Amino acid sequence: MKDPGYWSIFLNAALINNFVLAYFLGLCPFFGVSAKLETAVRMSGAVSFVMLVASVCAFGINLVLEAINAPYLRIISYILVISSTVQLVEMLMRKLSPPTFRALGIFLPLITTNCAILGLALFQTNRGYGFTQSIVYALGAGAGFALALVLMAGVREKLDLADVPELVKGTAAALVVAGILSMGFMGFAGLGR
Amino acid sequence: MNAPAPVLPERTSAWAMYRSIVGIGAFCALLIVTVFQATEGRIADNKARFLRNAVAQVLPAARSTVEVSLDSNGALVAATESAKLPVFLGYGEDGELVGAVITAQGMGYADNITVLYSYSFDLEAIVGFKVLESRETPGLGDKVEIEPHFLANFEALDARLDGDGTALVNAIVTVKQGEKTEPWQLDGITGATITSDAIGAILNQGSGYWLPALERDAREFQPPQSIKE
Amino acid sequence: MALKQVSPTDEFIKGLWHDNPVFIQVLGLCPALAVSNTAINALAMGAATTFVLLMAGLSVSLLRNFIPREARIVSYICIIATFVTCVDYAIMAISIELHRALGAFIALIVVNCLILGRSEAFASKHNPGRAMLDALGMGVGFTVALFFIGVVREVLGSGTLFGVDMFPDGFQTWTVMVLPSGGFFAMAIWLLVVNRIRQRQADAEKQAGERAGEAAS
Repeated sequence: MKDPGYWSIFLNAALINNFVLAYFLGLCPFFGVSAKLETAVRMSGAVSFVMLVASVCAFGINLVLEAINAPYLRIISYILVISSTVQLVEMLMRKLSPPTFRALGIFLPLITTNCAILGLALFQTNRGYGFTQSIVYALGAGAGFALALVLMAGVREKLDLADVPELVKGTAAALVVAGILSMGFMGFAGLGR
Repeated sequence: MNAPAPVLPERTSAWAMYRSIVGIGAFCALLIVTVFQATEGRIADNKARFLRNAVAQVLPAARSTVEVSLDSNGALVAATESAKLPVFLGYGEDGELVGAVITAQGMGYADNITVLYSYSFDLEAIVGFKVLESRETPGLGDKVEIEPHFLANFEALDARLDGDGTALVNAIVTVKQGEKTEPWQLDGITGATITSDAIGAILNQGSGYWLPALERDAREFQPPQSIKE
Repeated sequence: MALKQVSPTDEFIKGLWHDNPVFIQVLGLCPALAVSNTAINALAMGAATTFVLLMAGLSVSLLRNFIPREARIVSYICIIATFVTCVDYAIMAISIELHRALGAFIALIVVNCLILGRSEAFASKHNPGRAMLDALGMGVGFTVALFFIGVVREVLGSGTLFGVDMFPDGFQTWTVMVLPSGGFFAMAIWLLVVNRIRQRQADAEKQAGERAGEAAS
């Protein structure tokens, strides 16, 4: 009932309840693309953009669904809109920046199955955010995702040069780093209250 | 996921594309609607049972309840359809008003927290409390649901209204654990500050909204038909 | 790609160990870590995912000659989303509490890369019988993996298993295990265990191969 302020929503999505490190959303690209800093930055950009568009669309779709009283169509309509948006971004990127497109490779279409985007749409619907609140939420989520991804990429690039035991190399090491990052982000609790 | 394929010898005809997309769409829609219809009744029953149990927990003296809402003038009327955050009046064995049950919601640490609490008209205080929905941290934030010293706050949490009957005399607020001095304060939980603060804020907001109308109209309110628990 | 003659049992078994979705293929991580803070939640999530895997695999396999190549992914997504919606309502009908516990992650089954991956890689190329065996194997493998992670997190993090207290009162629970960090750590530990076992298997096979080579020469 109490309306959270815009700043509070942004901080919450970006830091306190970071989508990757607190909600476990968007892990596939998180582990897949975070090996190189540059790809990580580009991926974050793409994801943030898709999040923004998806958030706006989800808001609109929800209005329609509530008007026609068909809540059961929510999942299917959200995911279809998200895939279309990703296709759009793919086409745009191929036109405007071919090197980025090639660098991201398979991970671009995989944004569709990025749980973070569907999660964003579902959370914002569940919490009943208004239009501006949803936009702020999407911006915060995108920023948080970018932050987590870039931090992870930075650490992993360094880790690649270190002497890591064979058994731990790769995903296991990345998971431990993610765990530590997650603990670090818990320190943001209480920010902006 | 590939971009539209380049022209290959055996490219699918437009008709085949439409046929399959529409076919799949129809199949999916049919399945969803069928399952929805089939489970609708059961789900409504489950939700009703859950709510009944929760209400019985916070207001044990109630034998029957009536859901109420506010009309356009802010007067108390019987609810025509169930609200997302329902409010009930509870009646005892002999049909006397024993209290009100209010559902309230607010942002906790991780996500929204939904609570159910009961208000006693005689004591002008909150006398029962239950968390309906929360995503708070297990072992930390979720202590508000079970920690005995926190729940002891609700034996008689003062919620008196001022002379006009329009607002709470003292805002319900959460204080640090062990520092409670006034009956309208909530003794918080160290280590779960945000969640316990949130509970205080939720109760304050909910009460500020509902209690004026309830205090003004509940005693004269005529329940249409007592709905058996 | 020539399809080897794979026996039906192998089709099922491969999802349990050799191609385990969580530990080997590293797919479907989001729900694996998010919903595994108790063993019961892990099992319920695994069951729901297995159901969707099965039904989607069956549908995709039955419709494989009907869906044109260009509309593949969109159709698969549609089908998967449909079954996820069905599971969502089914769980609500079974138990509101369970639905609350699993939360948004039921809806997020639709973006579980595992299901789309299997539909695309396997179900669309095999008959319904095989597709179902594969789906069942992957689903069970997924559930088992989730369960292992869930057990570690619940026992260490809450001191209980299926809600039953495992330790005497003095035990200080490792709360971090039920927090998000714990999910990452638990998964990392199991991954290490799995990697170690596979390493030993590979070493053993290499040694056996060398010995056979020596015997032959």
